[in-house]
Amino acid sequence: MSRLTLSGLTCRLAGRTVVDAVDLTLQPGEFVGLIGPNGAGKTTLLRAALGLLPFTGHSSIAALPVRARARAAAFMPQGREIAWPLTVEDLVALGRVAHPDAAAAADRAATDRAIAALRLDGLRHRPATSLSGGEQARALLARALAQETPLLVTDEPAAALDPAAQIEVMELFRNLAAEGRTILSSLHDLGSAARHCSRLILLEGGRITADGPPEAVLTAKNLARSFGVTAHVERGPHGLIFQILGRITR
Amino acid sequence: MTRPRYCLLLAGLGLLVGLLFLASLLTGPAGIGIGRSLAALFGGGDEVLGLVMREIRLPRAILGLAVGAALGVSGAALQGFLRNPLAEPGLIGTSASAALGAVIAIHTGLAAAFPLALPFAALAGALASVALLLVLAGPRAMTLSLILAGIAISALAGAATSLVLNLSPNPFAANEIVFWMMGSLADRSMLHVWIALPVMALGLAMLLPTAGSLDALTLGEDAGASMGVDLGRLRLLLVGGTAALVGGATAVAGSIGFVGLVAPHVLRRAVGSRPSRLLPASALGGAAMVLGADIAVRLIMPDRDLKLGVLTALVGAPFFLHLIVKTRGDTP
Repeated sequence: MSRLTLSGLTCRLAGRTVVDAVDLTLQPGEFVGLIGPNGAGKTTLLRAALGLLPFTGHSSIAALPVRARARAAAFMPQGREIAWPLTVEDLVALGRVAHPDAAAAADRAATDRAIAALRLDGLRHRPATSLSGGEQARALLARALAQETPLLVTDEPAAALDPAAQIEVMELFRNLAAEGRTILSSLHDLGSAARHCSRLILLEGGRITADGPPEAVLTAKNLARSFGVTAHVERGPHGLIFQILGRITR
Repeated sequence: MTRPRYCLLLAGLGLLVGLLFLASLLTGPAGIGIGRSLAALFGGGDEVLGLVMREIRLPRAILGLAVGAALGVSGAALQGFLRNPLAEPGLIGTSASAALGAVIAIHTGLAAAFPLALPFAALAGALASVALLLVLAGPRAMTLSLILAGIAISALAGAATSLVLNLSPNPFAANEIVFWMMGSLADRSMLHVWIALPVMALGLAMLLPTAGSLDALTLGEDAGASMGVDLGRLRLLLVGGTAALVGGATAVAGSIGFVGLVAPHVLRRAVGSRPSRLLPASALGGAAMVLGADIAVRLIMPDRDLKLGVLTALVGAPFFLHLIVKTRGDTP
């Protein structure tokens, strides 16, 4: 049973085709990184797949009723909006809005698990609006985790995080995938994507141009064509090492 | 904010509203003792006194409570929906349109011929504004187009009201219109109560189910929708509920400003900033504010008929400024 199936997903915004006939299937246990240059349509693809934008084609999540969607997939958007100074605990507990029928004890347990997973215990009673950008990102991610869905979709989850927090989030995603959950994240840091993801999807001009294990996607040819860069890729004792070397000038 | 502390806050506010309601019943030009007033209210003792209590003071106190609660709860709901502490019930154009309906009723002489024409005309104005808002903003309206449409409708209704004033046949009609627009609860009857309460109850029934969705919307529309919030349904409930509450309040009391803006603002911190918890708290807070202000207008200048809306704005605006200065340091 796949966690997300897209077929012929096309999304037009203001008369421009931003996502063009995307076919995609995600399986349990996958940690999928969605990569591509700026303006490739990564955010639009994620939002349309979740039914947050009008599109043509099919998405297995968007096809569900709104309430069922919230139990199938959690989403952490790119914009880190927190309108009111809720405490971190209350903010994380918002993820439980998706489970209106759950018992209070189950809600509390899920909230506690999410807070522990992102090491937010010390910040529990602080107003979320008073946190630093990185701490806010962790709190918002914990909110998505507390939703406890089979599929977790995040848009740039590692942006604004310091290196240690970034690695922590990527390892968390890897562990969640190992438990059988499916993670789909748009990522800008190709080195981190190469190290941690089990599969990469390269999006260019709204189309998927490469899809597979990191080594198969991050080829010199793909990197030159879509990002205009050269890179050093090597599989060593510490896993896949990826380092951008320079820009290709044409 | 723990649950027991929240319940304590609601209980405290409820007690305050109860005391103010009682005080409102006991305030009036006919200086009657507490014991005799209450006995008369429940049919004991003096017949004239009973009439005063049941037909004059009781409707005034009930309307004060209901109008305040309506303005408070709709202000809290709109602020939660728009994620903006400056939103107020007037923002979507309902109060201006309700006022326009009432003003037309006064201008055409309909209000003089049939006393109930005024509240019904105001309700019709409120209803028209909602229909116009939903048409203007479109079915998939985002927050911004909703605000813009509301501002346009407010401006249009305001201009039309000015036009009516401009064309008013004589200074007395203009005077009546201006005084009505200042907002008051004086000389209202139980009939007004029976007109306003069902409309407000309908509005409340539409707003209360939005509580959980408003919480989820704290994180934005995308995050909210991905947590199971049906944005289209939420928008309908919110606009419809606010219009019914504000339309009902304006129909019987005229324009009473600042309550819908200040009540949620004052109580936000006390409920831990959760929009869902702010709804009941703000309803009680708004009721306390209007009841208190309506007692004050009777005590400050008993013989000059000080208007309720004038007092709420006079007290509300400086208080709001004070809040802004106080919270400037610690809000993002």
